[in-house]
Amino acid sequence: MDPTIPQIDWSTVMPVVIVVLTGVAALFVEMFSPRRNNNAIVGVSLAGLAIAGGYVVKQFGMADGPTFGGFILRDQLGLVLQLLLIGVCFVAFLFSEGYLREKRIAFAEFYPLALWSTSGAMLMVTTTNMLELFLGLEVLSIALYCLAGMSRQESKSEESALKYFLLGAFASAFFLMGIAYLYGSSGSLDLAGIGTAIASGKSGLQPMAVFGLGMLLVGIAFKAAFVPFHQWTPDVYQGAPTNVTGFMAAASKIAAFGALIRVLDAAVPIQANWFPAMYWICILTMTVGNLAAVVQKDVKRVLGYSSIANAGYVLVAVLAHIKAPDKVGLGTAVYFLLAYALMTLGSFAVVSLAAKGGKEGTRFSDMHGLWKRAPFAVTCLIVFLASLIGVPFTGGFVGKLLIFSDALAAGMPLLAIVLAVNSVISVYYYLGIMQATFVDDEGAVKTSHAKPGLGLNIALLACVVGVFWVAIGADGVRATLGLSAGPKPVSAQTESTTLVARGQAE
Amino acid sequence: MNMTPTGFGLLSLLMLVPVLGALVIAFIPEQFPKAIKGAAMVFSAVTLLVSLVVLGGFQVGTYHMQMVEFVPWLNQLGIHYRVGIDGVSLWLVVLTTFLNLIAVWFSFYIDKRVKVYFVMTMVLLAAMLGVFLSLDLILFYTFFEASLIPMAVMIWIWGGEKRNYAAIKFFVYTFAASIFMLIGMIVMAKLNADVSGTWTFDLTAIQGNVASGQFWANPEAARMAPMLFWAFALAFMVKCPMFPFHTWLPDAHTEAPTAGSVILAGVMLKMGTYGFLRILLPLFPEQVQANVPVIMALGVIGIIYGAIVAAMQPDLKRLVAYSSVAHMGFVVIGIFSLTHDGMMGGSYQQLNHGISTGALFLLIGLLYERIHTRLFSDMGGLKAQMPIYSAIFLVIMLSSVGFPTLNGFVGEFLALFGSFQAAQAGFNGTGWYVPVVSGIGVILAAVYLLWMFQKVFYGELNPKLARLKDLKPWEIAMSGCLVVMAIWGGLFPNTFLGPMEKAVNATRQMAINPPGSRPTWTDTSLEIADNGDLVRVLPRAVNGDMHYQEPLAVVAPGNLHFDVPALTEPRVEQQHASALKTQGTEVAN
Repeated sequence: MDPTIPQIDWSTVMPVVIVVLTGVAALFVEMFSPRRNNNAIVGVSLAGLAIAGGYVVKQFGMADGPTFGGFILRDQLGLVLQLLLIGVCFVAFLFSEGYLREKRIAFAEFYPLALWSTSGAMLMVTTTNMLELFLGLEVLSIALYCLAGMSRQESKSEESALKYFLLGAFASAFFLMGIAYLYGSSGSLDLAGIGTAIASGKSGLQPMAVFGLGMLLVGIAFKAAFVPFHQWTPDVYQGAPTNVTGFMAAASKIAAFGALIRVLDAAVPIQANWFPAMYWICILTMTVGNLAAVVQKDVKRVLGYSSIANAGYVLVAVLAHIKAPDKVGLGTAVYFLLAYALMTLGSFAVVSLAAKGGKEGTRFSDMHGLWKRAPFAVTCLIVFLASLIGVPFTGGFVGKLLIFSDALAAGMPLLAIVLAVNSVISVYYYLGIMQATFVDDEGAVKTSHAKPGLGLNIALLACVVGVFWVAIGADGVRATLGLSAGPKPVSAQTESTTLVARGQAE
Repeated sequence: MNMTPTGFGLLSLLMLVPVLGALVIAFIPEQFPKAIKGAAMVFSAVTLLVSLVVLGGFQVGTYHMQMVEFVPWLNQLGIHYRVGIDGVSLWLVVLTTFLNLIAVWFSFYIDKRVKVYFVMTMVLLAAMLGVFLSLDLILFYTFFEASLIPMAVMIWIWGGEKRNYAAIKFFVYTFAASIFMLIGMIVMAKLNADVSGTWTFDLTAIQGNVASGQFWANPEAARMAPMLFWAFALAFMVKCPMFPFHTWLPDAHTEAPTAGSVILAGVMLKMGTYGFLRILLPLFPEQVQANVPVIMALGVIGIIYGAIVAAMQPDLKRLVAYSSVAHMGFVVIGIFSLTHDGMMGGSYQQLNHGISTGALFLLIGLLYERIHTRLFSDMGGLKAQMPIYSAIFLVIMLSSVGFPTLNGFVGEFLALFGSFQAAQAGFNGTGWYVPVVSGIGVILAAVYLLWMFQKVFYGELNPKLARLKDLKPWEIAMSGCLVVMAIWGGLFPNTFLGPMEKAVNATRQMAINPPGSRPTWTDTSLEIADNGDLVRVLPRAVNGDMHYQEPLAVVAPGNLHFDVPALTEPRVEQQHASALKTQGTEVAN
């Protein structure tokens, strides 16, 4: 072993450190002044996130590279996803306040745990080291297990936490087993090293690598909720407190895709072994997610299945990138994740308004009359649902447009068509939610409802502006995200010249 | 076409006024319904005024896009803000603003959730205008889809008993058809990038490459041509709607509130036929010609089927809804006859259907506000009760039947005449059955509409309806506007036909001329002469007045309906020597 201590670029890890410390600070606030501390906790958390976000932004344009002996990697993908995760956490915090009060959940439990969970997710997207990846995954997950069971008066919440924990632990075992096999086959814990080892094609070890990769992908597929590893999603989404569901739907998906992209990129040399499987998983994820959503009677379950379907859409973009890396960049996948995070968080924020009398209200009938109580929130909900459907000119539309063109550019028209058909199916249940909010709620007993507070309204406004802005300013947004190969006029030029040449030859 | 940014202008203003209206209305408190209605009325009127200014500034002597506005937007994606107006879209724009004003006027009856209602109306107006003005495929798709949400919400909240079902069906149907059009658009952009090197969704640029023959000469494009054609065609056929994709229409029309039905029938159906004219014919000339028999057959089936089913309906609104299926069939056979007269008739019939069916829905709405039923079994003998109403109803009903001196006659006659010409020449495989069977459709229309009139206005008076009040003055004024338009359109059709003629003719030549002699929107030196020929004018003569000198270089003669190859042979020799060589060898063999 090399005894020298490696040079450490602290700026790379600062965001994660700040987020973790903010969580600790929030806990201290609770300790020192119980009862009158809720606003302070929110303030500290938001401030911490803002500073962490600032540190991430500062790193844009700095040279890429590993630090901490290769445990942490700074690159464009990692930075963008980190920023996205911080944004998700920020918005989730903004709209949680009223909901937590309504359900009498201790602030000091939610805010620190969510912060730590975010820090785990941020670790996951900034590393190519398998151990670090696992560490991030566990920090993210363990905090989420606790968050899911936070509403202790409700048995559903506890059920959801237990279910999530058991299945999640199982998936983690798969993940770890996969790492072990990959290490055994390549002698490296770093994805880059594993990639070179695989590429060198050392004969007998190939099956071992494939097996290890398969195990690893099962673990990630569980986190990202791909069919057939999605079974936990609807139950957990339904049972968990709504703000946690919103956070979970966005953050854990972003983290899982960050990991997935890095793993698949490293495994390109043996793609013949796994590409067909991922291709069909992608089709299944889109189709099963949407078909199952159609028959649901609970809004959170519908959104849960819709998140499965959306994971399938992102997977189309990722697969297109793997298939034709020279033509298709990762910009589309990241762009769609951004749009997805905005519209999903926004939808869950509105759904959290359906809580009444200290209980969860998530059936379609609980949404009745929402229009009367919170017209602004419902207007926003219409925008989010329209974006989820893919009505122009919203982020969801541009995202789907980009995925379509990527899939076509990569020569996978079937995926584009399946995606189109699924978009049509999804119209039905999204419209169902929209419609439920308009039904008058005259017969219902007067109960205390969660009120749209200032934080929630700001969060909704931010999401609505975001959904439109990522679409209307798509050029700027995509330039900021980077990572795009995009439709290339240059390659088209060469094609056209060959065409002309061909024409002349004829 | 001019690629330098122009900034926003009159056409943007036209779309901006309703958007502003929606914003203003959104900030008026719900307690002041009168203020909300007044604001909606003012903004609708201003929109109509702006559209009349556009009409006034419109130059009749050219087929080219006018008042084009181009603002760069998403360079990476090739999506830009590009709008313009020509003879095909001009009257549809005016029709939209006009019918919208009438619909808003009628909506003074609305007293449930007034604010949302009028916000939706204004958003819908902006979206519909956007459809007719867009020159960018994605922009077109945007407005095409964006019009769905306000309409669905209108059906949902203010609709009839089955409104839930109708709204979802309406949305799903249209969305399902058009998402494949979106994929088609992306493929078109990609194929266009293959030949031209630039990634763009600009309709005019893509059409330019289609017109030169470059676009479909690409073997990959040729391979995908049928799929692309149907991806676009199906979206428009659903919107039209054509048999067998019409099933959303009766539900949506019947359940929608009156103003919604007026807009739906009057304007939104035209988005389908407008799509045929603006996108399908210019971009897919070979495919259009090849598929004329199929589309004609569906159009004819629609005419007969719509008429027969309409005759069976027990409900006034459903009857008119099914009659729309039949009437839109005439538009389709007119357009796809691909003859000058037929296409003029089809285009004109779009407006007529908008006015007469819009008016019918309006009148039914006025009656419904009084008697709260639409079933024939509850009506009868209304003539004595409501003489003014029945007179207005009679005129509008006759206009819908196609009675001479009223507008419907001109459109249907021209459409039938065009299909007759096409059938006589065997043009694109148009059979004789098209004019003959469609002609029977006209008679059937008379049968069911007259039957309806008889059921409602004659016979024994239902005692419950004994104290019915006739129309109030403002209602007379509102429906009178439409009656005036119907009569005007019948007596002076050239008011409407004149400005649209060159653009319609150019569209026709885009579809039927061989590559190389098709009109394009990008080449400003091409023009349609007064005799219908496609000519090349000197570039300096294009700006301002059209003082081109004789003799003009005729690129393609315009009066050719039937004998394209013979007349165009010399020009083919010049530009497509290789193509001619193959032809020559074939002849020799």
